[in-house]
Amino acid sequence: MRYLFRTDYKQDTALARHGGDVFWYGLLTLAMLAIPLLMGEFYVGELGGVFIFAIAGVGLMLLVGYTGLISLGHAAFLGIGAYTNSVLLERGMPFVVTLPVAGLFTAFCGAAIGLPTLRMSGLYLAIATLAFGSIVGTVFQKWSSVTGGFDGFAVPTPTIFGIGLDGATGIYYVSLVVLIFVLWISANMLRSPMGRAMVAIRDSEVSAQSMGINLARYKAMAFAISAGMTGLAGALFAHYVRFLAPDAFDVLLSVQFVTIVFVGGLGSLHGAIFGAIFVRLLPQFIAIVRDDLPFGIGRLPGLEPSLFGLVLVLVILFQPGGINGIWQKAKHAFTAFPFKRQTSSRRQKSYAKSERLR
Amino acid sequence: MEDAARLLQLVVNGAAAGCIYGLIALGFVLIYKATEMVNFAQGDVMMLGGFVAYSLIAHWGLNYWIGALLAIAITAAFGFALDAIILRRVIGQPQFAVVMLTLGLGFIFRAGAGIAWGYDSVGFNTPFTNKIANIGPLILGQDNLSIIVGTVLLCAVLYVFFSKTRLGVAMQASSQNQLAAYYMGIPVRTVFSLIWAISAGVAAVAGILLSPVSMIDVNMGFLGIKAFAAAVIGGFGSIPGSLVGGVIVGVVEQLAGYYLPAGFQEVTSNVVLLAMLILRPQGLFAELQGKRV
Amino acid sequence: MSLFEAQGISVRFGGIRAVDDVSFKVEKGEVFSIIGPNGAGKTTIFNLISRIYNATEGKLIVDGQEFTKTPPDQVARMGIARTFQNIELFPNASLLQNLLIGRHCHAKVGLLSQLAFMGSTRRAEVKHREKAEDVIAFLGLQRYRDSLIANLPYGVRKVVELGRALCIEPKLLLLDEPSSGLNVEETEGMGFWIEDIKKDLGITVIMVEHDMALVNQVSDRVMALNYGKVLAMGTPREVQTHPEVVKAYLGGELEDAA
Repeated sequence: MRYLFRTDYKQDTALARHGGDVFWYGLLTLAMLAIPLLMGEFYVGELGGVFIFAIAGVGLMLLVGYTGLISLGHAAFLGIGAYTNSVLLERGMPFVVTLPVAGLFTAFCGAAIGLPTLRMSGLYLAIATLAFGSIVGTVFQKWSSVTGGFDGFAVPTPTIFGIGLDGATGIYYVSLVVLIFVLWISANMLRSPMGRAMVAIRDSEVSAQSMGINLARYKAMAFAISAGMTGLAGALFAHYVRFLAPDAFDVLLSVQFVTIVFVGGLGSLHGAIFGAIFVRLLPQFIAIVRDDLPFGIGRLPGLEPSLFGLVLVLVILFQPGGINGIWQKAKHAFTAFPFKRQTSSRRQKSYAKSERLR
Repeated sequence: MEDAARLLQLVVNGAAAGCIYGLIALGFVLIYKATEMVNFAQGDVMMLGGFVAYSLIAHWGLNYWIGALLAIAITAAFGFALDAIILRRVIGQPQFAVVMLTLGLGFIFRAGAGIAWGYDSVGFNTPFTNKIANIGPLILGQDNLSIIVGTVLLCAVLYVFFSKTRLGVAMQASSQNQLAAYYMGIPVRTVFSLIWAISAGVAAVAGILLSPVSMIDVNMGFLGIKAFAAAVIGGFGSIPGSLVGGVIVGVVEQLAGYYLPAGFQEVTSNVVLLAMLILRPQGLFAELQGKRV
Repeated sequence: MSLFEAQGISVRFGGIRAVDDVSFKVEKGEVFSIIGPNGAGKTTIFNLISRIYNATEGKLIVDGQEFTKTPPDQVARMGIARTFQNIELFPNASLLQNLLIGRHCHAKVGLLSQLAFMGSTRRAEVKHREKAEDVIAFLGLQRYRDSLIANLPYGVRKVVELGRALCIEPKLLLLDEPSSGLNVEETEGMGFWIEDIKKDLGITVIMVEHDMALVNQVSDRVMALNYGKVLAMGTPREVQTHPEVVKAYLGGELEDAA
């Protein structure tokens, strides 16, 4: 086991806790940078997709896992980012401008939906964001002069400083950079007053307020930042799919995003990455084994969403820590070997905490 | 005269659709009042109820009334088992965990129904299919009327049950204060499962009443989203409120479909829902309550 | 001038007057206790002061500044901190984080600086950390510094909540039943801390409390309430022997006499 001997308060706010962190994360980054040189176009594309979902996952994690606000409408934010980016590109703006503008505009939309829904509790917020997502989806369909409606929208090829990003590799690298940027912003937030205020709101609104935290302001900010990150993911998603159809941004996609957060593990940035890997790889896995499954299960049209549903149910019932929880336990068991005790990972019994007056 | 009749026609059609929303919303509200959970799979339970009735009536050739009652009973038993086996385990977890759990269950139900009954729309003959009632100058479909009458009857039954029977009163008590009810010797957990059973039964009634108007298919559970608007208008705690809310949503939707350009009808219920949550989140009837410290 | 003053505050819920025309002054540096049977309106007064409830009538003044209409999140900035009857800590955060959240009202770094974790944020964080460490040392919480609140025993959480309130560096500290749920030794410890807070830190304390031994040990003055009205005010001895107070405790509800 590793023990940290702290000699300076700055150590606790440092991004890397010790040399091991620097080594492993550095190695991971190098590996990610090298992958397009070693692997085929298909794998690079798929991994790029994982990065894009991870960006949205990190955004949603800040909202759900750290601020305790749920959103079933994040597909709409992905769509807003995707359409903003593509429409601006088509009007001739350069990609280095459209990408941040897409993020900022989506953040603005997030604040706009966040502000009126501030007073709502978990349940009402879930319903409100669900309704919001479905309204935005209808707008994408009907506002055909801008979005192309059901005919779809061919996304122009982006260029960065004269280099055309037409293959999977270009989008892969841009997505990787954006993902690292988003993770850096999130880690910064979580170690400064803003991140602590979000955690405080998640755990107890009443006492957060009496600590001087302006609930409305921080909830709207969490919504805006979360939506903005999802908007960035959307801009990249547009280039990933290359052709935008309005029905791509439906409730099912929103549920996939929340699945990222829950299956990955609430309240952990690692969890968002794990969740994104899971959500992107499950359909690939199904595609591979589809023909080998017995009784024709593989050819059922509803197989994918129902598997998402099943995994979600199993995780909530039996593994509330998600993949990150399993990872932490495994790491603990490994470093503490042979001193692992059953009690060190036993779940605490929780009791219903009512938000109603009795 | 022509316009007035047209308007009345729209209102009746809207009210009929609204009754369905109201019945689904009623299922939300019963469960929410008791356990503070919201069953996002309520619409899918309705879908299951409709399919069970289809199997009994169209496949096995049972009489409509017997088949309907049996389907309601089967769906109710399913609701009981759902709570006893799965949902009881998540009491005490954050509310959005329950939201995601029931959403996940909804996907599973849809896939299950797809495996069992296929992905094509099905229907069965009812005593009300394609029949017309003449009331004065009005020509109304008996199917729509049967929905309205059925809803009113069901509500009367529920009202008597909750106010007059021992079990009904015990359910109300458990909803208001679990701990006190437990101390009074009410088996709270079983009572909660029974509430899930009633709510599933009500959903089955909605599915059966809906069948002469629209076909049964795997995706009909998405009606549940419209039922949220009904429940929210009613304040999410009031049983008559959710029915009134359902009728409001149904009528507004019909009128929007007739008077507004195409595309607006689909978003009406969602716009009503958002507007309601923003302007009057406590609903039209209930009082807003905060958390006590 | 008094540090805190309530002038004729009332609040109604439906038809019930939970607090009915209550006035009192608290002098700088004193420990002022509010006692009374269950449902007398003691916690309601705290909720009025921390602005969770709106007073129907009356005025609240701290340090010469009226705050009857101030938004609840501004109350901490005015130098008023509180604890809660049933502990409202942030259970899924570490003790240290809980204390740092208490420093929130002193955070002045801009959003962009936080998102990029610039030098100004880093320096402010170190300062907040130093203050939090002072509180940890004052309350002897060193060994729990990095524990999650959810894993701490009840008695320790009660002390952590006190510590979080101290991190606000308040002028006025509201303690809602600091001894509830504590055993005899822990209650005694709480009493010493309240005395230290008054003497060493010079913080004025208003306390709602049922444990008469603790009230007698630390209070300078006591106010007794019943049905939202003031029954008596004065030294602990005066209030406890006041005939109205005796009647309120022993007359109607015997089981509340504890």
